Amino acid sequence: MEDTPKKKLSLIAFSGEFDKLTAVFTLATGAAAVGYEVNIFFTFWGLDAIKQKRGRSFVGGSFLTKIFGFMMGGLKATPTSRFNFWGIGPRIFRSLMRKNNVATLEELVEAATALGVNLYACEMAMHVLGLKQSDFIHEVKDTLGVASFLEISEGGRTMFI
Amino acid sequence: MATHTLDITKEHCPMTFVKTKLKLAQIAEGDILEVLLTEGEPLNNVPKSAKEQGYNVLSVEHVDGNIHKVTIKK
Repeated sequence: MEDTPKKKLSLIAFSGEFDKLTAVFTLATGAAAVGYEVNIFFTFWGLDAIKQKRGRSFVGGSFLTKIFGFMMGGLKATPTSRFNFWGIGPRIFRSLMRKNNVATLEELVEAATALGVNLYACEMAMHVLGLKQSDFIHEVKDTLGVASFLEISEGGRTMFI
Repeated sequence: MATHTLDITKEHCPMTFVKTKLKLAQIAEGDILEVLLTEGEPLNNVPKSAKEQGYNVLSVEHVDGNIHKVTIKK
């Protein structure tokens, strides 16, 4: 058998919506489970998915970023991009997913870390939002910039969600 | 050498693959894993991806209705 390089998928998680993050983690876990090396680069609204505090809390450096941090919230506070209905939408989707035995966003995040998906945070967006690596779940491997992300994703497929 | 069973007939993508992969990682080298799965995506891809990842797919048998059993050796 010829030696083929490991297949690789790199995702840029820009969005902070429940449905788009579900797409990110579905692709990530599915790819990792079939043997891909998977990298997720979280930036801007996407950083909400990896915050240690999954609800709403005043994370941030300054007064303004703390307010932003509270308004953005964590994984459990993510809105849906459609049918949000002032926050009821995600609850309805979560219950529909559970009812139909489809993995919820939280289960997908857990599976992603269990499968060794590499999680990275965008240095620039963290700086803007006053976030530190210690504000994120400990599975986040590193804080990166564009150059490092390009190096990591080199030779694989990249998607922006 | 132990034989393990995993039922993913009620699971949907991507957890069908995720559960198989995590179970295969858990069991010891030389152990057997019998995966019960349904036709379509799981049947088409679980044996294929197991093979691609270097596991030995010993058999794929029809069990009942749209349920099949894939036997994998680690």
